[in-house]
Amino acid sequence: MSEPVTIRLNVNGARYEGRCEPRKLLVDFLREDLGLTGTHVGCEHGVCGACTIHFNGESARSCIMLAVQADGADLHTIEGLATNGVFHPLQQAFHEHHGLQCGFCTPGMLMVALDFLRINPRPTEAQIREAISAVLCRCTGYRDIVRSIAAAAETMRDNSAGAPR
Amino acid sequence: MLRREDRRLLLGHGQYTGDLVLPRMLHAAFVRSPVAHARIRSVDLARAAAAPGVAYVLSGIELARLLPTVPDHQVSLPSKWRNTVKHHILNPQQALLAGDKVRHVGEAFAVVVAESRYAAEDAAALVEPDFEPLPAVVDPEQALKAGAPIVHEQFATNLIAELAAAKGDAEGALRRAPHRLARRFHHHRYAALPIECRGVVAEYDERTQSLTVWSSTQVVHWVRREVAATLGMAEARVRCVAPDVGGGFGIKGHVYPEDLLIPFLARKLGRPVKWIEDRHEHLMCSCHSRDQIHDLEIGFDGDGRILAYRDRFVTDIGAFNPIGSGVMYNTIAHLAGPYRIENFSAECKVVTTNKVPNAPYRGAGRPEAALATERAMDLIAGELGLEPAEVRRRNMIRPEEMPYSLGIVYRDGEPIVYDGGDYPAALEKALAAVGGLDDFRRRQQAARAQGRYLGIGLGCYTEGTGAGPFEGARVRIENSGKVFVAGGACPQGQGMETIFAQVVADTWQVDPDDVVITLADTAAIPIGFGTVASRSTVTLSAAIHHASERLREKTFAIAANMLECGPQDLELRNGRVGVIGVPDMEVPLGKVARAAAPGWDHSRPAGIDAGLEETYYWEPPTVTWSYAVHAVIVEIDVGTGGVRLDRYAVAHDCGVVINPMLVEGQIIGGTVQGVGGGLFERFAYDEEGQLLTGSLMDYLAPTASDVPDIELVHLHSPSPLNPLGVKGLGEGGAIAPPVAIANAVCDALAPFGAEFNNTPILPEQIVAIVQRAAKRP
Amino acid sequence: MKPAKFDYHAPAALEAAIALLQDYKGEARLLAGGQSLLPMMNFRLVEPAALIDLNRIPSLAYIRAEDGVVRLGAMTRHRAVEFSPLVAERLPLLAEVVALIAHLPIRSRGTIGGSLALADPAAELPMLLQALEGEVVARGPKGERVIKAAGLFEGLMTTSLAADEILSEVRFPVPSAGAGCAVEEFARRRGDFALAAVTVVLDRDGERCRKARLATAGVGPVSIRLTGAEAILERGGLSDDVIDEAAAKAADEVLPQTDLHGTADYRRHLTRVLTARALRRARTVH
Repeated sequence: MSEPVTIRLNVNGARYEGRCEPRKLLVDFLREDLGLTGTHVGCEHGVCGACTIHFNGESARSCIMLAVQADGADLHTIEGLATNGVFHPLQQAFHEHHGLQCGFCTPGMLMVALDFLRINPRPTEAQIREAISAVLCRCTGYRDIVRSIAAAAETMRDNSAGAPR
Repeated sequence: MLRREDRRLLLGHGQYTGDLVLPRMLHAAFVRSPVAHARIRSVDLARAAAAPGVAYVLSGIELARLLPTVPDHQVSLPSKWRNTVKHHILNPQQALLAGDKVRHVGEAFAVVVAESRYAAEDAAALVEPDFEPLPAVVDPEQALKAGAPIVHEQFATNLIAELAAAKGDAEGALRRAPHRLARRFHHHRYAALPIECRGVVAEYDERTQSLTVWSSTQVVHWVRREVAATLGMAEARVRCVAPDVGGGFGIKGHVYPEDLLIPFLARKLGRPVKWIEDRHEHLMCSCHSRDQIHDLEIGFDGDGRILAYRDRFVTDIGAFNPIGSGVMYNTIAHLAGPYRIENFSAECKVVTTNKVPNAPYRGAGRPEAALATERAMDLIAGELGLEPAEVRRRNMIRPEEMPYSLGIVYRDGEPIVYDGGDYPAALEKALAAVGGLDDFRRRQQAARAQGRYLGIGLGCYTEGTGAGPFEGARVRIENSGKVFVAGGACPQGQGMETIFAQVVADTWQVDPDDVVITLADTAAIPIGFGTVASRSTVTLSAAIHHASERLREKTFAIAANMLECGPQDLELRNGRVGVIGVPDMEVPLGKVARAAAPGWDHSRPAGIDAGLEETYYWEPPTVTWSYAVHAVIVEIDVGTGGVRLDRYAVAHDCGVVINPMLVEGQIIGGTVQGVGGGLFERFAYDEEGQLLTGSLMDYLAPTASDVPDIELVHLHSPSPLNPLGVKGLGEGGAIAPPVAIANAVCDALAPFGAEFNNTPILPEQIVAIVQRAAKRP
Repeated sequence: MKPAKFDYHAPAALEAAIALLQDYKGEARLLAGGQSLLPMMNFRLVEPAALIDLNRIPSLAYIRAEDGVVRLGAMTRHRAVEFSPLVAERLPLLAEVVALIAHLPIRSRGTIGGSLALADPAAELPMLLQALEGEVVARGPKGERVIKAAGLFEGLMTTSLAADEILSEVRFPVPSAGAGCAVEEFARRRGDFALAAVTVVLDRDGERCRKARLATAGVGPVSIRLTGAEAILERGGLSDDVIDEAAAKAADEVLPQTDLHGTADYRRHLTRVLTARALRRARTVH
């Protein structure tokens, strides 16, 4: 019962299959078994947020989930944000407004921001700060991340006339 | 200019040490001491060695037999400093794995190498040490007393370093001063907490008998040098690369035991070995910082002018001292800050305890200095009934007095000379940026009438940046016309690929897209120093400048030959070399490079050697001085003790600015880390040396909700010490927040007679002050 | 920080999960949201022989409102409660309390039942269950039983659930119309565990307080009802003086611990301050 299990899942719209022990953490499975190293390991106890992905459409910490829990699930990671190499508005905004320095917390920031903007497409600065308090950053001091997300929110509203992508 | 680094990082295609995968790679896990102080009698590895997936197990005891002891290198001290500054420094060498004793919770005494990190951790749990527990010493003042447990018995003392510097006659001036105050200030222990922990991957290549070491480090050349020395290899056979690094902030700025041990294991086992530090380990083995206790006595006159300044401080260095005197002497050098102090004396004692070793973290001794001096300014103001800003004005060195000689030397042994700047202007601008002092005092009074407590606090500092000893740049023009630059700097998020592309593009008049930068790789440039101490913009820019100057001479000589004119008629324009004023007479840089190549049909004039490349090592004359003033307004909830930062402004001068967006990012990032140090972050130990803050649930880093937007005001006093006029700025933001916040809290709680002279300031301390005041008759 | 090996089971029905619990004789742990369990396993603070994953049992997640009671399947995610139109309409206090839990990504996975079964002394949901006098349903090999809030929380991270019982439903009675409710929490940072929290539910009758229910978090090994403070309010009404008296009494009733983040005295003080603030807000709120 602690023997390896087969896991079949979708990541960023593509089908993947892997095999690992039940104890393997989802973040390690993504990084090692699927080669998707864009999601980062920062604390392994659910605090720093660098490992945040989307699990069936909702942001979640992959360091405190087991890979086996993702069998049959639909995952989205930072690698799935751009389309054919074209930045998602969030990525474009982070680039234009210096929303990243070392880049290590960035996967978490982007995935939390995306989830948040879908729920609240017209956020105030305070609401953005509250949402991204889910992810720790040591480089930026948060100001430019907040500005990036505010700018992205505006672009996403303009793009879709209401419903964010 | 937007950042070149962004694309790969935003797409999730960054390559950090943890992302590296090599064929047949093994994974290491360390076995770390659960006790603070113990003699190691034996380590039983049998069960661990037999565990599934295990390739190798090793204890410190066994390692001592396999590797000869190598002289340890702390950061070298220039003879100018050694001959000028009173000092006494002992170096407790740290073994790569503890063999005789463990000296702090978290010190590694064995390592397991296995097919996966999971298997390695399983086996690590099976390692059975036999420890003879020893009493632990956790208080540095207790550690100095007779009978205290000694961390390094060979010294028979915990006092492993003493430093002193003085100017004038502090004792005499103190005695004569009309007013004196004496206070103790404790700047507590906290640290960088990069989101990426450390990590090392090493691979030994049998064919070339060479090692490649990837490390999340700020000092690739130092790592390479130590690996070569430790393993008895030629430096030419060791390459060290720092791939993408997820934050360093100083604590990745020296060589750790793992940097040497992982390469050793890779060579021994003939397979690549990977070690990625986890957060739990990180909190107990990556260096901590700060942790100084200052006893300051200041003499001043009735106008608040400082007449005498005498500081005695103790640094709790933990179980080892990897850097040496750097942080402590930084403190000494920065105590005077932006103020005119004629009589000054500072002495430091460095004390070992059974805690994680103490090494530089953003600010590196300057925040500790700022806490003492800037709290003292407010205390002087309080004694005399003056505004704290006014006391600062009266003591600040004025722009007319620049350049200003402090009277003591810097870490490089050179006399400290403030090379320009307008400290009073920074003070005014910072205050204006938070709405002005008069306006605030009105708000404050109105609020008090409503039972609300607002306060304003200042933190002023000067910062020596761009320190030596040197940095290296290698510049080469390629056949394609692209300009290739390699440098010794090691980025951890600062945007160096972008900054130096701008510098080179400017210097050579090429498109930034035609600039190729390689950093953090010992294969790209033979000698380099690395990125610590807010130095890389200054030192690498200057090295690039000087290398380019020489290379331009050669380029023009060859181009002149091709264009049949004199070199003095030439200029660089749009990726070409052309005759000034004659648009048609020009030749692309690439063509000049091809002409410079060795071979049968080259176009070099006589006396010009082949190749179009220059390497230059720039040795700065001394540091160049940035400065800033932080102003913060706080509101205190006296019911809960909660501190809310209402407004925060920084008036900052780092000389010429290459990329404003990146400069602002550095200042804000540093400031928020400083806020963390002032209010949230701390390492706590119990009396047995157990680390109580072993997870991010207990070590609290500030989140976006904990800090306000930060306003920046820029001043520009170009540096006279380097060709671009730039100054360093990476650390500055973190220097002032703890003391600015402390001053603001004291100002807010003045009705309660509050003095906060220690960091961090916790809500329950505020409640205690308020309750105590309420009980007074 | 990788977890130790364990057997893994993902049953499709609750009965199978109960049977597995019995098989492992107390050596197995239930995996609900995992937001508290996985960190402990990654630190190897707990090393269960087996994990019984409840996430593949769809019948355990639901939100219903019947007869003045909001019923939640134990596997209902915090996030679902936070954004549920039904909860917003019937019991907004629940949504307000749930929104205090950690951060959105944690709420995506964490469950109502998991939080109550863990009974962390600083958690918000046990406090709310106490304040609303709710109850839970526990299913075991012998069948189902209902455990009232007052009988659920026994000690530090210990409930009265038996080793072979699984919490299957949580019931929050909706306060009477016109009741005034408020939550006051103080934590070091937004989303952190409470250093102290108080939830107040007041049934009012003009200036009088017909029924007061005050419950705590973070100031003792378990969430308790502040019965002494409640009596003062029910006797004396809701004036400023009575509120302050009740708040002072509340500080006496709690049994806080001293730990890294706060002393017992400080937590006692916070209890008084937060109780007074919560009461002042609740008496004006509908």
